[in-house]
Amino acid sequence: MTPIEKVEGRAIPLGLKNVDTDVIIPAHWLKTTSREGMGKGAFETLRADPDNLFDSAEYKGAPILIAGDNFGCGSSREHAAWALGDLGIRVVIAPSYSDIFSGNAVKNGILPVVLPQAAIDRLMEVAQTDPVHVDLDTQTVTTPFQDRFVFEIDPFRKMCLLEGLDEISLTEKSDAAIGAYEAKLDAERPWMRPAA
Amino acid sequence: MTRPRTLYEKIWDAHVVEQRPDGTCLIFIDRHLVHEVTSPQAFAGLRASGRTVRRPDLTLAVPDHNLPTTARKDAGGNKLPIADPESAAQLAALEKNAPEFGIRYIDAVAPEQGIVHVVGPEQGFSLPGTTIVCGDSHTACHGGIGALAFGIGTSEVEHVLATQTLLLQPAKTMEVRVEGEVGPGVTAKDVILHITGTIGAAGGTGHVIEYTGSAIRALSIEGRLTVSNMAIEGGARAGLIAPDETTLAYLKGRPYAPRGADWDAAVAYWKSLATDPGATYDKTVVIDAADIAPSVTWGTSPEDVVPITGTVPDPASFADPSKQAAAAKSLAYMGLEPGTRMQDVRIENIFIGSCTNSRIEDMRAAAAIVKGRKKADNVKWAIVVPGSGLVKAQAEAEGLDRIFTDAGLEWREPGCSACLAMNPDKVPAGERCASTSNRNFVGRQGPGSRTHLVSPAMAAAAAVTGRLTDVRELMA
Ligand code: SF4
Repeated sequence: MTPIEKVEGRAIPLGLKNVDTDVIIPAHWLKTTSREGMGKGAFETLRADPDNLFDSAEYKGAPILIAGDNFGCGSSREHAAWALGDLGIRVVIAPSYSDIFSGNAVKNGILPVVLPQAAIDRLMEVAQTDPVHVDLDTQTVTTPFQDRFVFEIDPFRKMCLLEGLDEISLTEKSDAAIGAYEAKLDAERPWMRPAA
Repeated sequence: MTRPRTLYEKIWDAHVVEQRPDGTCLIFIDRHLVHEVTSPQAFAGLRASGRTVRRPDLTLAVPDHNLPTTARKDAGGNKLPIADPESAAQLAALEKNAPEFGIRYIDAVAPEQGIVHVVGPEQGFSLPGTTIVCGDSHTACHGGIGALAFGIGTSEVEHVLATQTLLLQPAKTMEVRVEGEVGPGVTAKDVILHITGTIGAAGGTGHVIEYTGSAIRALSIEGRLTVSNMAIEGGARAGLIAPDETTLAYLKGRPYAPRGADWDAAVAYWKSLATDPGATYDKTVVIDAADIAPSVTWGTSPEDVVPITGTVPDPASFADPSKQAAAAKSLAYMGLEPGTRMQDVRIENIFIGSCTNSRIEDMRAAAAIVKGRKKADNVKWAIVVPGSGLVKAQAEAEGLDRIFTDAGLEWREPGCSACLAMNPDKVPAGERCASTSNRNFVGRQGPGSRTHLVSPAMAAAAAVTGRLTDVRELMA
């Protein structure tokens, strides 16, 4: 996983609320057995409009996306995070996310920044003409106009993103604890194993 | 005495393997359901890193999402190929991965095959007090039998396969209490649509919802699975309904459920899980069952719910300006005018199925309305898709399939079907579908499709009248 620390660039001022995973990547793109190449399908319905933001000269390849409340709601498909990543998005900025989406984003090296709506409104304004700067280390979003917004992030997620850590290797360090849990479960509630 | 705890807290506490200083917990996963769409990349990841499946005995794989729901065998009993090459590749990957990693596999043509969330409880693989995950957001469904169940993404599927655990933050708790008795024609689906309309699509974000109250207790397991299934539509990570006698009666004797002395030990444990008196929730919403009507959605968010007797709302009637904009967009997409009576909305397609509403009780409710009637002429496509082969067999034993086909509805093979546009069952652009599934998102049932979420009885009513209909008018 690519570590992420500072991201600077144009931010796509999408601004919509409740952007669901069907909008991020329509279901027919799910029929693959690999993770690559999904950026083509990202926001397909919105991009059917020739004047869409994503393919405009201004925002093509922009690393930041600004959205409204409840971004990534809908299905658990991780394809949404793969599609964003493949499109070149490293940071999403929104007032809130669906739980599943923000987890998937972090696992795929995409930083979900949470900021209040007032900050989003200001960033939407800046994004019309200027770049936005996101610094994970200092947990700030800044603009060329001296705006400075501080965001909260779970320390574990922050570490994973900064170091580009793979979660499975981390968990494997707890192998003994998992084994002990399994032994205790078998002793206390043996019926928990499927009967057949 | 320990502090009084909620059902959620008890299940959570019993599954903590390790707690990190920041509060994140390594949670043991008791059951992992796997299907063809969200698993190929996870198995590929395992292979690439040389890992194995830690607990194949706790893992069950079954294809459902993109299997066509037309005949799967020819007259000679041979498996028919899947026409779509990508779907065929995903199915082939699962058929290969399951035995290679030693996982139980229910084949596409096995009698037990069906939608993962129908199969889990039906096989007794899903049990109260267990943690259950699956790479599908409607895993919340299993909360209907009192399991802490949630949808995960493909990286997490790989993580669970490799370690049988997940790293999670504890959720906040929310109680949705539905008290009283529902009126005639009001089903579990109407209850959850009404709840979603009340709390909003983000009302449960960050929470696990426990559904309580006499109206919930009165529901069958089928009904409870319907309610919990759509916890995610209210933004919640999972739904829960405390196991009780109804739950025990449902599970006893199912293939993977405990037997004999194990059963008794399990029952004692399950009974200890109920929320303690004096335990508190972070949030409580109380709903009067008498306020719930047969319900229908008008827009493209599951919170866009009105009673069937209602009208399409005027976007200006919403206080929140962003909801006004969203509603206006929804109405443009749905091709609806504010003020239109929901009962005047004509319907071209009917879908009765999905993990929300494809169990035997749903089939019976739909058949009761269709019986002795005919599909309306303007309804071009009407399919009934049982949730599993066992539901299908039971329905056929009761003659329900004939009731549907006599009325002009199609009777299909089990699978996710028109719940999502991944298999051949799709709603054409610009057309409406009265659908018993769980999502009315833009394009969910096919590009340009217009979904109205309803109960099976209401979908059946729409099938025979050709418009959204108050099912109470058709009830004897
Ligand atoms: S029926 Fe729909 S919601 Fe249920 S498992 Fe299948 S695709 Fe997911």
